[in-house]
Amino acid sequence: MHPIFLKPKFRVMNNYELMVIFTPVLSEEEYKAAQKKYTDLVTEAGGQIVHSNPWGLKSLAYPIQKKTTGIYWVLEYTAPSSFNEPFKVQLLRDEQVLRHMVTKLDKYAVVYNDRKKNGINYKNEKAEVE
Amino acid sequence: MAKANEIKYLTAIKTEKPKKKFCRFKKYGIKYIDYKDVEFLKKFLNEQGKMLPRRLSGNSLKYQRKVSAAIKKARQMALLPYVTDLLK
Repeated sequence: MHPIFLKPKFRVMNNYELMVIFTPVLSEEEYKAAQKKYTDLVTEAGGQIVHSNPWGLKSLAYPIQKKTTGIYWVLEYTAPSSFNEPFKVQLLRDEQVLRHMVTKLDKYAVVYNDRKKNGINYKNEKAEVE
Repeated sequence: MAKANEIKYLTAIKTEKPKKKFCRFKKYGIKYIDYKDVEFLKKFLNEQGKMLPRRLSGNSLKYQRKVSAAIKKARQMALLPYVTDLLK
């Protein structure tokens, strides 16, 4: 049976990570509002927010749309696989978004992100092995 | 007159074997390469921001592919440059 016809609790949920670069002209409120807009889209589709990490203003490695800085935002979420295509359309239509990328997280990535959030550093671990 | 069996060298012969390269991901059990960790990815780039070949970095093929994917993602999101001078 196609996953769309299953009841929500049987639908397969995947782990994704979204990275967005907003234009640097956004005010603090607009930045918050934009974040809320996309987190709401995830939760409305039956997904869950795992972690939201606003990096803030950062200089770009090369200019995008003649801008040398951008406001970064990283969101980890779970969602059904059918969610991403309409979600990307929303991001592409948004003029505040310079660039975005959705990455599917495999099981190792989920573990890595969990450990990073809990402050366990891979580099420390490496030092122990050496 | 020198003996026929006596061989002379202009430079000293290398007696030490060159250190064997290894795949750091296999050795330290790193399973996931994060595209957001720019400082780590810079270890696999040269001054111009080009990726180092496997013969220099020592990565196994499996992890070289993952490194290259992570670097390309970082470039797309303007975390790393496509071309530059004096990256490090």
